[in-house]
Order: sequence, then C-alpha cells, then structure tokens
Amino acid sequence: MKTPDYDLVIIGGGPAGLTAGLYAARARLKVILVEKITPGGQILVTDWIENYPGFPEGLTGIDLVQKMTDQVNKFDIEIESAEVQGLDLSEQVKIIKLSDREISTHTVIIATGASPSKLGVPGEDSLYGKGLSSCATCDGPFFRDKVVAAVGGGDTAVQESIFLTKFASKVYLIHRRDELRATKIIQERAFENDKIEILWDTVVTGFEGLFNVEKVNIKNVKTGAPENLTVDGCFVWVGISPNTGFIKDSVKLDESGFIIANSRMETSVPGVFVAGDVRNTPLRQVATAVGDGATAAVSAGHYIENLSI
Amino acid sequence: MAKGIVDIEDSSFEAEVLQAVTPVLVDFWAPWCGPCRAMAPILEELAETYGNKIKIAKCNVDDNPVTPGKFEIRSIPTLIFFKNGDVAEQIIGIVAKSKLEESINTILR
Repeated sequence: MKTPDYDLVIIGGGPAGLTAGLYAARARLKVILVEKITPGGQILVTDWIENYPGFPEGLTGIDLVQKMTDQVNKFDIEIESAEVQGLDLSEQVKIIKLSDREISTHTVIIATGASPSKLGVPGEDSLYGKGLSSCATCDGPFFRDKVVAAVGGGDTAVQESIFLTKFASKVYLIHRRDELRATKIIQERAFENDKIEILWDTVVTGFEGLFNVEKVNIKNVKTGAPENLTVDGCFVWVGISPNTGFIKDSVKLDESGFIIANSRMETSVPGVFVAGDVRNTPLRQVATAVGDGATAAVSAGHYIENLSI
Repeated sequence: MAKGIVDIEDSSFEAEVLQAVTPVLVDFWAPWCGPCRAMAPILEELAETYGNKIKIAKCNVDDNPVTPGKFEIRSIPTLIFFKNGDVAEQIIGIVAKSKLEESINTILR
C-alpha cells in the first residue's frame, strides 16, 4: 500500500479544528489543517466571550482565535487556506479533493462548523449585507439611532438584540411563538430593555428595499394579518445549519444534516472523525468544541496505531 | 501599518483611490469587527504579492464615516475594487484569499 501524504487531514480551522491540530501535532502525526478562509469560524463574529474558562476578564472572539492559532503554530503543523471540494472515503486511504490537487490521508477530522440559517424568504439573498445581517458586532454600529428588526427567540437572537440597543434607537424582536427560548437571565434583560419591542407569534415573509433593506414583511401566525415594518436594517438569528455540503452522503448525518458520532468522535466511516458544531451534539460552545477536537485527535492517533499492528 | 497597505481617509480618498493610476482594493473595516481583523493577514499577503500592480488600501469606517456612506456600506468587512475611479467589484463579508486573487487577476487583465 502506498503511504498516504498525511496521517491526518483536519477540515476546518475554528476552535475544534485548531485544538485537534494542537493535539495531533504534539502526538507527532503528520497533519495538515485545511481552512476555507482564515482560522476562526463563527467565533469571529462573537463580540465577547466570558464563558470560556481561563480568561476571567473575558475576551473578544478574534483575540481568543489568535491565541489558539499562536499556540497551534508552536508545533509542527501545516495550515493551508483552501476549500475542500469533495471527499472519497470509500477506501482505507482517504482522498481529500482540494481545488488545485488531491491529498491522501489515513484519517480525517471534519470540523467545518455551522453557519447561520436563512429564513428562505424573498429579498433575503439580494439584500444580504445591505442592511440584512447576522453579525451584530460587525454591523450593529452602522445602525446608530436607527430602527432595526431582529428575528429569532433563542439565546443568540435575544442576546444580540440587547447588544443592538447600544446603537439602535429601537429593536423589534420578531418571534414566531408566544414565548422565548433564550436562557431566563437573558430574557429578563430583554424584557427590562425599553428599546426592545417583541412582536410575538410573528413570522417574516419577505424583505423589501431598493439598495438597502427598507421594509420587513411580517405576518401574525394567529390572526394571519400581514404588515410591513419600516426599518433601516434587520438581523436574522434563527438557528444554524451544518457546513456539510461537501460531504454528500459519505458519512452518516442526522435529520438536520449534523454528523453523527460516538463519544470517541468516530463517525460511521472508520478513520473519519468529527469535532465541534458540525457534530450532532447537545451543546455548541467554544468549550465543547475544544473538547471534541482533543478527543477526535487522540482517536485518530489510536486508529493509526492499530493500522500498523 | 503593514508594509504596502495604504491607509485611506475621507480627505485622501479622492486622490488615493479615484485618481489612482493602478486599480485599488479598499478594505472597509473597523477595530471592533472580528471578521475584519481576521482578514488583515490575507490583505497583507496580497499587498506583498500584488503590491506593484494594484494598490491595497484600508479605510477605517469609524474614523472616516463619509466614504462608506457614499458607497452605502452597511456591513463590514466590505471590499471594493476600484478601476479608473469606478467600482469594478464589491465583495461583502469575509472571503478567501483565492477568491480575491481571482478578482485581482480579472481586474488586471
């Protein structure tokens, strides 16, 4: 059998992938981390992280990523900016298809994370970045003394709506149910905030605007009554979707497209592991992603050891 | 300031960008924007590779509100390629180096 190019290919450079890289490099595996754009992932849009232990003052997402990247780079690992086009996992030696070449490997860790879900309504794609956003820390300051809408009812939606009130004069929080899903303490802060008006039992049916978002089309699900909300911007936080497009059906996914794994991070394909938000997991946090990454790298090491026996 | 990257202000935009002889890539950013800061190393690499053919510039939208207003910028990072004083391409959000290289090669053609 031809020796593959690598012991391990890590796909994705967020906290899960970076941690897997750290553990694999220290285990002296021949490892490459392939990241589509630049290390970070969803954490880059996180304004402030105060639930990752070891940083009692809290820190920004980008600062945490830079610290993680610096730490990984102390060890012997290749990090390449490239997008994975496809996988061939049918043989023992796995093939990763990049845009300019194919690389072969004994093991793979998929740590591609998740992205904000879309509403799937008219106007959404064309107005994205033009007043329509999912990153309050990036775009919130453009809405100083303006009126914005926010869509969702979970932790992200409610917490980021509160953050938006630092800038906006008014935030309409549009939620399809009659109660929020967010953590109680976050809900309480939203209820106490005079700038936030919650539109209960309401869904978004479209966006309108010539150059930028001007109107959000909404509908009350109980009465069926449509309405147009005049706003300067709208933020959408209606959950996340796994970044598994390139995987097709080469590993087993759950009904929402997240990768199924056991406690060793083993997927349905031997030698293929998963870590972080892309996994079918009950909690998606930096703290859980780094745990997954460490476990996946150690499992990959064990798998390779058993190959050579 | 990284080597080869020009800092653009509202007052210098006309001269540095619209009147420039070479094409210009302007990165509209702000210190509070995580994705913008993550893009910074990519722009530095581009300046190193393509710096003699295309001007790579940054515009801090906090300090310079007029220029981003003119281009209706509501989201950062926004990257705009200018050629002969006109907008040739506008990219909203974080983007891979390879995509920017493609755009640079197109604009230099």
